[in-house]
Amino acid sequence: MESALLIHRLHFAFTVTFHYLFPQLTMGLAPLIVALKTLALTRKDDRYNQAARFWAKIFGINFVLGVVTGIPMEFQFGTNWSHFSQYAGGVIGQTLAMEGMFAFFLESAFLGLFLYGEKRLSQWGHWGAAVMVFLGAWLSGYFIIATDAWMQHPVGYALGAHGLQLQSFWALVLNPWALWQYAHNMSGAVITGALVMAAVGAFYLLSNQHLEHGRIFVKTGVIAGLICSCLQLFPTGDAQGRMVARHQPVTLAAMEALYTTQQGAALQVIGQPDVENRTIDNPISVPKMLSFLTYKHWNAEVKGLNAFPPQDWPQNIPLLYYSYHIMVGLGTIFIAVLVISAFLLWRGALYRTKPVLWVLLLLFPLPYVANTAGWMTAEIGRQPWLIYGLLRTSEGYSRNVSAGNGMFTLLGFLGMYTLLAILFLFLIRREIEQGPEPEQF
Amino acid sequence: MATLWFLIVALMVVAYVVLDGFDLGAGVCHFCVAHSEEERRQVLRAIGPVWDGNEVWLLAAGGTLYFAFPLLYASSFSGFYLPLMMVLWMLMGRGLAVELRSHLDAPVWRAFFDGIFVLASSLLTIFFGAALANVIRGVPLDQSGYFFEPLWTHWRIGAHPGILDWYTVIAGVLAFAALAQHGALYLLTKTQRELNQRARHVAKTLWPVVLLLTLVSLPATIHVQPSVLGNFRAYPVWYFIPVLVFGSLIALFYYLGRAEHDVVRAATHEKCAFVCSCVYLAGMLGGAAVGAYPNVLPARDPQYSLTIYNTATGAHGLQVGLVWWSIGIVLAIGYFVFVYRMFRGKVAVD
Repeated sequence: MESALLIHRLHFAFTVTFHYLFPQLTMGLAPLIVALKTLALTRKDDRYNQAARFWAKIFGINFVLGVVTGIPMEFQFGTNWSHFSQYAGGVIGQTLAMEGMFAFFLESAFLGLFLYGEKRLSQWGHWGAAVMVFLGAWLSGYFIIATDAWMQHPVGYALGAHGLQLQSFWALVLNPWALWQYAHNMSGAVITGALVMAAVGAFYLLSNQHLEHGRIFVKTGVIAGLICSCLQLFPTGDAQGRMVARHQPVTLAAMEALYTTQQGAALQVIGQPDVENRTIDNPISVPKMLSFLTYKHWNAEVKGLNAFPPQDWPQNIPLLYYSYHIMVGLGTIFIAVLVISAFLLWRGALYRTKPVLWVLLLLFPLPYVANTAGWMTAEIGRQPWLIYGLLRTSEGYSRNVSAGNGMFTLLGFLGMYTLLAILFLFLIRREIEQGPEPEQF
Repeated sequence: MATLWFLIVALMVVAYVVLDGFDLGAGVCHFCVAHSEEERRQVLRAIGPVWDGNEVWLLAAGGTLYFAFPLLYASSFSGFYLPLMMVLWMLMGRGLAVELRSHLDAPVWRAFFDGIFVLASSLLTIFFGAALANVIRGVPLDQSGYFFEPLWTHWRIGAHPGILDWYTVIAGVLAFAALAQHGALYLLTKTQRELNQRARHVAKTLWPVVLLLTLVSLPATIHVQPSVLGNFRAYPVWYFIPVLVFGSLIALFYYLGRAEHDVVRAATHEKCAFVCSCVYLAGMLGGAAVGAYPNVLPARDPQYSLTIYNTATGAHGLQVGLVWWSIGIVLAIGYFVFVYRMFRGKVAVD
């Protein structure tokens, strides 16, 4: 039994982690492409149009990968997590079905027009298609976040004959947890989009080709990235953290590896948690900072793990601790790099400051790591619950699907996604090599 | 209220089969109708702007099923675990093939993705036919409301059936032939010259196969699941559905012949033939839905059958759902009309 549970958890964790590599870029690029299209139209400058076309191609490849790796996610609720679906489908089925009806139809209709219809549409018509694609992508994100937020902080439900039933639609859709999580997640996605854009720009500038477009990419990426990394810290990250402190205090204690309840708790910056001995090795910490950040009061009491029964602790405290610290650490690095870059941009020196361009180039994998680590913090932090306080993860999986059958399809997905990753890297490399300039015939 | 949602989900499934059916079918006939690179590009251009939207009906129908009948979604998706996972792999391969084929101008790259496109489309039609047949035949549900079916057991219909037995294989082949014909008819309406002729030839060749398998599938279904006749006997008005199925098949043959001989109005006849195929598919699915109601997943042991009554969610959820679903469907139909108008007419030859 236990092994089947593990397989089903790995199955979902692997497929969703791989899937989210693509939507974070498409959701992040969508507003940037709209911005480039807007600049092209208002400044009557065709270079911005070429830049938008280049990123539309990257967007298109990512979108396809996002769609094909996204379909398995909806299926897996039923195939691998049937008891959870039976129990909660009456509530979260609402948000998932709305995603299909409102976001997928919208995206599928306008993406084709946006990618291939530039000649059929007027310039403003094409701009409109870009806006619709942006809207579809961000709407889709909201419905998924609302679903996850409900699992983190269930609201608006009642217990019925076969499971939970919806009691308040607006409570589900306007769940306060969803609003902050959405803001935090989308700003994280824009950081990925912006830093990838800046990295491609830096690559062009460093290799001395496509210089004008490279500058546009670096400028757009640095400005959007700086705005969103600041939003990521405050107010969205701060609000999200306080939400966790209020509704999932045991998760907060595990994220910080705080074993005992204390007043004036310190914030861990670095250190390796040793759960058996309840210590942190090699700690570097800021005294009283955790109390202040959580409750805006230097000597506030923060509950430690000892305040909660061990069966309610997240099972993998070290992984949760590292996920959270990697996310926060990378977020801090982004702010530092982008402040320096923005300062140089303002002084007009960024495009010739090679060391900073090198940093921008090498930075591009890290927003993916940060976004993934953020999601791991949310999902590992929710354990041992599948729906917080209502249904344990060990009660939610498909008991009628054996570990052997689960392993078979997990291996299938591992193989398939390896191929997809190779294909993806190959196609993206080609696009970057071809560059944003119109092809010469 | 649950009956209304049964109707809604059934309509969405029909929309999915009729719409995605033609691009799946185009995939099945891809090698038969399109020989040169230029012709293959035309086939892909005929479905390119619409296939993704067509596939969204599957996701939207799935999502609607999920929230309206959570136990049904949970039970059927986990019980059909292996075939559904394979459907996922096929859908992925097919999506990649259609979208990525054009990215590289190299013969091996394109031939590879053509192969994936044909293989995945063909297997999907067979899987979908077999899946529907499993739902009609009934599955080994027990009192827990769950079951698990391996891909095959002994190919017979008994207490422990597999996904594939003689009955579901017939249905799989029927779906393969009917959707291939549907795809060929769609290509007929969208293409010109040799491509158009070959598409007509494929449709004409498949027609007797579809007719024969349809004739076989009716008594087979009644033999396998006698309860399907219940609603028809109680409300004989439903007998118009089988009449419609055969009527549309005959009309289809008529319009195919007219399209060949009446060159002036060929385009109109081609469209009529395609519409007949749509009606045929809708009739087959509608007949299955009437036969099943109010069951949504019959059990081999009838006392454990899942019905709309024991799987539907609470009344409030269903009422709220009706509000947003109505708005959503109006928007979705609006987008479809817009996109199909945008790309109407035959695809250009370059």
